[in-house]
Order: sequence, then C-alpha cells, then structure tokens
Amino acid sequence: MVNGASVVAALEDAGITHLVWIPDSHFGTWEAALSASRFKPIRPCREGEAVGVAIGLMLGGAKPLVVMQCTGFFEAGDAVRNAAHDLKLPLKLIVGVRSWHAAQAGKSRDTCPHFADKLVAAWELPHTRFDPTAATPEQAAGAIRDLAAGPGPGVILWAE
Amino acid sequence: MMTLREALEVVAAHRRDHVVIPTMASIGVWPALSDTPRDFHYLPSSMGQMVSVGLGLCLAKPGLGVVVLAGDGSLLMNLGCLVTAGQYRVPLSVVLIDNGLYEVTGGQPLAGAGRVDFGALARAAGFDRVYGYESAGEWAAGAAEALAGDGPVFVWLKVAGEMGKATPAPPRPMAEQIERLRAVLDAP
Repeated sequence: MVNGASVVAALEDAGITHLVWIPDSHFGTWEAALSASRFKPIRPCREGEAVGVAIGLMLGGAKPLVVMQCTGFFEAGDAVRNAAHDLKLPLKLIVGVRSWHAAQAGKSRDTCPHFADKLVAAWELPHTRFDPTAATPEQAAGAIRDLAAGPGPGVILWAE
Repeated sequence: MMTLREALEVVAAHRRDHVVIPTMASIGVWPALSDTPRDFHYLPSSMGQMVSVGLGLCLAKPGLGVVVLAGDGSLLMNLGCLVTAGQYRVPLSVVLIDNGLYEVTGGQPLAGAGRVDFGALARAAGFDRVYGYESAGEWAAGAAEALAGDGPVFVWLKVAGEMGKATPAPPRPMAEQIERLRAVLDAP
C-alpha cells in the first residue's frame, strides 16, 4: 500500500532534498510521516507561491519536489511557465487529480480530471499518470525516482 | 518621499555579500549600481514570486543573505508569501518599493494605493523586524541596522512614482544569470 511512510522512503531514494507542498485530503494522509522525517515540508500559502519557493531552491542547488492538487496547479500556471520555460529549471511536481477514481466510475461531474490532463499538456510538461490504489510502494518509488532523474521539468498526475 | 534611485543606492551601499533580487522597475536602475554574479535580475519573471524565490534561496543555502527588491504591485499579487517567509528565521530582507503604481505598465494606481499599512501586514505575517522610511536621508541613516542582523526583515520605503519610463530589461539573458549565480554560490 502506498502511504506516507512509503512516499518518504521514495523521496529519500530519489534524492529529493526539499518538499514544498499544499496538501489536499489525499496528500494530507502523508502529513505524520513527512513531519517525522527530514522532509519537514515547506508550507506556502498558495500553489504559485510554492513554485516560486522551488525556483529559489533550485537556483541554490537543491532538488525540491512540489506537491499540490490540480486545482492549485491551475492557479499556479504562470509560475510553472516561468520556472519551466523562462528559467528552464527542472521543476518536479506531483499533481493530485481530484475525483479521478470517481470520474472513472462515472460517479462524478467534477471537471478536475478533464482539465488536469489538458493543462499539464498545455504547459508542455512531460508527465506520467500514477494510480496509488493500483500500485505497490516499489512502483511508487520507481515513479518518483524516474521523475527526479529526468533532466528537465516533469509531472506525475496522481490519481485521487 | 525618495526616488527609486536614491532608495536603491542605499541598498547597494549596505548589501554586503548578500544576493540581491531586483524585479520590475528596480531592474531599470539596479544594474547601474551593481551587476555582480550575486545580483539576480528576476526578469522574465512570474510577477509576485520574488519573495518566494528569495526564501527558496535562503532555504537551499543556509546562512546565505538575500535581499529582495519588491514592488508594491508585485507584493500585492502574492501577499501570502509574507506569511510563508515569516515562518523561517532566515537572513531574508524584503525591501518594499511602495510607489502606489503599476509603474512599468504606464503608472496605473494599485488597489488600496496610499491606504495599505504594509508594515502592519508584515508584522502580522510574522516578521519581527519591520522598518519604514519616507525620505532618502532617513533610509540612509537606518539601513545599516535594517539590513544587518537576524531575519526575516521587512523594509517599507515610500518612493515617488515615475511615469513614462521604458519597460526595463535584465542586463543579460536568464541562462547566463543562473549560471553566474550558481557558480558564485557553489550550487550544483
């Protein structure tokens, strides 16, 4: 089962130095494990701001990971554009896709799953999809390792 | 009230080895005052992100001093950054250039121009050290204290708006700026 503890282990394994996050109800279940780890999360107030902090971290030689829900990703578009395309920094994101499972089951009219794919593509960010309910901790670690290892920006669309 | 150049001349005289991050209108002046690898002219930018970028640098390189030259219009786009920065005891100095205008777009007034107490906002956000100056003389006299010591620090400067200036440009391409900054910070 992919949970906070396995995510912390995956971040360690991937060489992530800092976690910048704004949790949603899914990512919030990682809070205890993250707070007890060396990845005491950096807590900004809004998602564009999270990307700004990540820009500074990357300029200073760190390897941050930014975690946010897709609703916040929608808000953060200009900061993402600036980081990935103006500054050409290797911005790494995990973006939670709200209601993805419900939408797959035909039980949600939430527009998040529809627009998450389109907006990540619009910003020309290489991305993969990951469903933590259908994956092992080892597979989660592999996905995060692949994200971190890429030379440029990248996104994992994380099914919620 | 002081001019933008007067305000920035004082910063230049007191910045020591801190990284300085000018944005927007200050980029039209700062390169003439200082253009070292520790001057990161944040343009092209995402407006409002300069304090967040400065905080990230402080967190990546513990002990590194960073001075952010923030416009009031930019800060108002991302006020939460003060709350975020207020959580950390880092040597981050936010120098607010308050002219009440979106200067680089032709001088349109800001929301709340002249009515916002930026010092109170910074204090409420967690900045323990907040300074405010209305004249170049006061700023020159207070800068040594304001820009030294523990952070984060918030400095609120009342600056005269200047109309009709060309949109500023950074002195060199962003890729070159990043390469210079990383080299001087020994950042991989």
